Amino acid sequence: MLFTQLLAQRIRKNALEMVHKAKASHIGSALSIADVLAVLYGQVMHFDPTNPSSETRDRFILSKGHACVAVYSTLAEVGLIPKEKLKTYGDDFSWLMNHISHKVPGVEFSTGALGHGLPFGVGKVLAAKARHTTWRTYVLLSDGEMDEGSNWEALMFAAHHRLSNLTAIIDYNKLQSLNSVANTLGLEPFVDKLKAFGCSVHEVDGHDHQQLYDALSAQADQKPTVIVAHTTKGKGVSFMENKVEWHYKNPNDEQLTKALAELEVVHA
Amino acid sequence: MRNAFIEELVAAAENNENIALVVGDLGYGVVEPFAAKFPQRFFNAGVAEQNMMGLAAGLASEGFHVFVYSIANFPTFRCAEQIRNDVDYHKLSVTVVAVGGGLAYGNLGYSHHAVQDYALMRVMPNMLIAAPGDPMEVRACMRYLINNPQPSYLRLGKAGEPCIHADVPEVSPGKWLHIHESEKSDRTYLTTGATLHLANQLVTTKSGLKDWSLCSMPLWSMQVKVMQARQIENFSAIVTIEDHLMDGGFGSWLLESAIIQANLLPRIKIKALDHKVCGMVAKQSTLNAEGGLTAEALCV
Repeated sequence: MLFTQLLAQRIRKNALEMVHKAKASHIGSALSIADVLAVLYGQVMHFDPTNPSSETRDRFILSKGHACVAVYSTLAEVGLIPKEKLKTYGDDFSWLMNHISHKVPGVEFSTGALGHGLPFGVGKVLAAKARHTTWRTYVLLSDGEMDEGSNWEALMFAAHHRLSNLTAIIDYNKLQSLNSVANTLGLEPFVDKLKAFGCSVHEVDGHDHQQLYDALSAQADQKPTVIVAHTTKGKGVSFMENKVEWHYKNPNDEQLTKALAELEVVHA
Repeated sequence: MRNAFIEELVAAAENNENIALVVGDLGYGVVEPFAAKFPQRFFNAGVAEQNMMGLAAGLASEGFHVFVYSIANFPTFRCAEQIRNDVDYHKLSVTVVAVGGGLAYGNLGYSHHAVQDYALMRVMPNMLIAAPGDPMEVRACMRYLINNPQPSYLRLGKAGEPCIHADVPEVSPGKWLHIHESEKSDRTYLTTGATLHLANQLVTTKSGLKDWSLCSMPLWSMQVKVMQARQIENFSAIVTIEDHLMDGGFGSWLLESAIIQANLLPRIKIKALDHKVCGMVAKQSTLNAEGGLTAEALCV
């Protein structure tokens, strides 16, 4: 098994155990982005596990802050936070709150309200540009989040200012909180819209590590990069895949056992 | 006030390469000196305030002190959640600068009236409000903010406000600035923001008020409420003046700060804009008068 596939599997397992213990929501959203995170942290991004705020690190912002368990799991797996900490997820006053928190080492920015991560990332890229540094900023967004006008404001700004050190990844799992994206506020023709805004757009299978690696490593000339990652909400656990209810539910003991066993089989 | 602001900003930016200016496609005739001198640190975000405030926070997270300049409601209410979540919660060095505080843009209508902005800013736990009363206080506030970068809100009038102070005063958060002291009386007016000159006119021209003192408080916040009771104690009567609604305003803030010492409450009277000005359109002096900020109404 490839290192990044092993990492993705561990991210999913940790995430399931965390939401099970904390009786928390949003497992579907976390499973959806496990592969993106595994490739980003396993192969693409530069960071120093012994110094989470190293000046030259690449910056990662989770704009869909509700999928935080996937990021906390990743940070623990790559050594940015102790694995023991994951057990405190959702506890009163824990660092690891139920939306991504900047109080956790390795986390740049707290989100939870959608539409905040991309403008913030644009500011980081402007800072890098003003100081002639080369680190990149990656912002991971949800598809439903693209309903927010602030994201389109940010894309317009990023393209106008030719912010080529910015990569936005959109987790296009096609499900929102109540219904499908298509039945809520349709994004199609999505890729055409992003191209029309002046972005360099890559359309990939968001669970294919080679495709993700190629797109995440790409840097366009004088343009921000946007990766439309086609994903499955709840990916890896058959009974969670493509089900709106797993935006809210947490697995009981039996469901957890079944889910963890499925993850073993798929990647055996 | 806006000229004093830009002069101070340009002077500070000469020595501090972390100072940046972001505008929301506004600032004609004001921001050009900064843009010309420091093009790498000047950004026009266009007419897109949410992105404007979000990117300002992003810049600040990398060590910049970002001044975000626009008119009245645009850098405040239009992007209130970005100020709350991105700037205030993360304790980032972003100074929101609103020009046209109060009813300075009276004829432009309700969209351009800033009479609820204190109410928005003073409920953010890390936000320092800077509401200078004249160009000298603008300079004092700017110097304080540049030396103490933090989430902050600078509320400017427009242009042409008279100088009340002869020199740039020393200011610090929560501290009353004694402008005119009467030895014969322990009663004072206390102003914040552009109403300073109204209060100054009262104590210098009204014979019945010649024994009254005058103080201003250009820097205040949730965090310095605890400092107020001790200063209120020095006076038997305090009349606050502000060009903001009473609801959520400066006088209400002072009253709340005195609650811990209930005997102080009757000493405080609030002179603020009547809410009937919301939706009225006229020049600033007319609207201020309609709202109750006339010499007659302010006399006690």
